[in-house]
Amino acid sequence: MYRFFASELRLVFGRRRNLLLLAVTAVFPLVIGIALRLAAPHPQGGGGGGGGTGAAFFDQLAGNGVFLTFIALSSLLILVLPVVVAVVAGDSVAGEAGYGTLRYLLAVPAGRTRLLAVKFGVIVTFGLCATFIVSAVALVAGAALFPVGPVTLLSGTTVSLPDGLLRLLFVTLYVAAAMAALGAIGLAVSTMTEHAIGAIATVMILVVASEVVDNVPQLAAAGPYLPTHWWLSFDSLLRVPVDTSTLLRGLLSFTAYALLFGSFAWARFTSADVTS
Amino acid sequence: MTTTSTGELTPLTAISTSGLTKRFRGGQLAVDHVDLAVPDGSVYGFLGPNGSGKTTTIRMLLGLAFPTGGSAALLGVGMPDGATQVLHRVGSLVEGPAFYPFLTGLDNLARYDAADRTADPKTARTRIDTALDRVGLLSAAKKRYRHYSLGMKQRLAIASGLLRPRELIILDEPTNGLDPQGTREVRALIRQIAADGTTVFVSSHLLAEVEQICTHVGVMRSGRLVFQGSLPELRRTGAARVTVQTADPEAAVKVLTALGLADVRTSPASDAALAPADAALAPADAASAPAGAPGSGPAQGFAEASAVLGDAAPERICAELVQAGVGVRGFAVTSPSLEDLFVGLTGEGFDV
Repeated sequence: MYRFFASELRLVFGRRRNLLLLAVTAVFPLVIGIALRLAAPHPQGGGGGGGGTGAAFFDQLAGNGVFLTFIALSSLLILVLPVVVAVVAGDSVAGEAGYGTLRYLLAVPAGRTRLLAVKFGVIVTFGLCATFIVSAVALVAGAALFPVGPVTLLSGTTVSLPDGLLRLLFVTLYVAAAMAALGAIGLAVSTMTEHAIGAIATVMILVVASEVVDNVPQLAAAGPYLPTHWWLSFDSLLRVPVDTSTLLRGLLSFTAYALLFGSFAWARFTSADVTS
Repeated sequence: MTTTSTGELTPLTAISTSGLTKRFRGGQLAVDHVDLAVPDGSVYGFLGPNGSGKTTTIRMLLGLAFPTGGSAALLGVGMPDGATQVLHRVGSLVEGPAFYPFLTGLDNLARYDAADRTADPKTARTRIDTALDRVGLLSAAKKRYRHYSLGMKQRLAIASGLLRPRELIILDEPTNGLDPQGTREVRALIRQIAADGTTVFVSSHLLAEVEQICTHVGVMRSGRLVFQGSLPELRRTGAARVTVQTADPEAAVKVLTALGLADVRTSPASDAALAPADAALAPADAASAPAGAPGSGPAQGFAEASAVLGDAAPERICAELVQAGVGVRGFAVTSPSLEDLFVGLTGEGFDV
C-alpha cells in the first residue's frame, strides 16, 4: 500500500501542471501582503472590529504580520484553494480513465477499493500541502512586511507569539480538513466520467453554487448544510475562549461530506464497468 | 508456481467461462452465452470481426466489466471476485496501449509495478529492465512515452504484461495498427512467450496472424462463440472441392455424379472462383479477365461444374472427364482457405 501511495504521490507532485498550481498558490499571499503594505504604510493604524471576519483580519494586520496568514487563507478559500483541490481530485480517476491507464491499473491488479483509497490519500496530501504553503508563505511575507509580536485575537485578548503560531497551525489544519472534504466530493465526481476537465469544472460549479446560496439571506436555513458554509469558521480558533461548538460543527460537516461522497465514490467505482 | 497452484481447481483450462453474457444497459447483447475453454499451455486465437464481442469478453475476463449472466474463471479462480487474487499471475494488453504520455517508458512500467501489492519492490528495477529488454525497448527506456512510435507503444504495453513471470497472457489485438515489421516482431514475441510455457490468449481479426501462431481458435460472431477447437479441427470443417471449367457443364456433371462425388453443382459464368485456386491448369486467370485479352477466347459459353472432392483422386477425375469427351478448360482442387472458413462462420462483412 505504501509503495503504491508513494508512487502516486510522486506522480501528482511531479506533474508540471500541479507544481504550477502550487506555485500560483504561493504567489498569492505574497501579492496580498505587498498590496496591503503599500495601501497601509502606517503600521500604527488599525482599530477594533469591522464588518465580517475578513475585515477584522485586515484591521489587525497593520499591527501584526501574523494576520497576513489569516487574510491569505480566507481570500484563497474563496476560489484558489478549491481550484487546486478540484484539479487534483477531479483528475484523479477521470484522468486515468481518459488516458486508459485505469484499465491497466485494475488489471495489475491494483484493487478498486485500494486504488480509490490511494487516490483519496493523495488528494488529501496535496490539499494539505497547498494549505500549508499558503500559511507558510503568508507568515514569512507577513513577518517581512509588518511588525511581528504578541497576537491580539479577534476577542480582544492578546496571546504570546508562540500561542498565536500554534493557533495558526490549527487554523491551517482546519482549512486542510475542509479541503479534504472537498477532495472527497471531487473524487466522487471523478469516478463518474472519463473527462477530467468535466469533473474539475463540475466541482468548481458546486463550490461556487454553494457559496452563492450561502450568501442569499432568504436561503439561510440551508446554509449550515452547504459544503462551503463552515470553511471560514476557522476564526473560532482566534478567540478566547475558543468557540469549540462552531469549530466542531464545521468539522462534523467536513466529516459528513467526506463520508457521504467517499461512500458514493466507492459504491460507484466498485460496481461500474470500466469501458475506457 | 505454475502448475501446482492452478492444478488443483481446473487442471486443464487457463480460461473457462460458462454461459458468459453481457447485456449493455441499452439492451444490446454484446456477449451471448459464451463458453470458452482455453487449454493450459495453448496459444488460443480469439477471432471475430470488430464488434463481435471479443473485447467485451476480455474485459469481463479481467474483471473490468461485470457479466450480466454466466461466470468466468482465470486459472481456476472465479472472476471478477477473484481479481485481486489471480490477476497478478496474468499479464494483459487490453484495447491498445495506455500510459501517461509525460512519463518515460521506464517510469510508466514502474508505476504499474508499484500498484501491484504482490510485486517485490527490491527486484522492481531488474524486472522492469528485463521486460523492456524482451520487447527491445531497453534503449528507449528513458524516453518519454509521447515520443514513442506506435510499434514501441504496443511493445511497451506487452512489456507491462511481462513485468513478472505469468501463467497466462491475454493480448487484445496486439498487432493492431502495426507495420509488417512490427507485426512480425510481436508475433515472434508471442511465440517466445508461449515457448516459456505461458498460456497465450490472443484476440485478433487478422486471420493470417492466428494461422501462424495459434494452436487453438475460438470464433466469435455477433456475441456468440460459433466455433472453438484446435486449428486442424477448424480446417476439417471445410471440405475440398473440385471445380471444372468447361463449355459443356451438363456432361461434366454426369461424370462427376458417376464418380460418386457429393454436392455436384454448376455455376453459370466463370468468375474469380478458379483464379485463386491451388490450380492444376493455368488459363483460368485469362478467362476471368473481364475484357477478354487478345488471344484468349471469350469466357462466354463456359460454365463451371463443381463437387466435393471427398476421397476421390483428382487426376482420376480429370482423366474420366477427358475420356467422357468433356472439354476441360480449367480444372482445380480448392481447399477452403481459413479465410473462407471464417467468412462461413462469421458471415459477410468480416473485417479482414
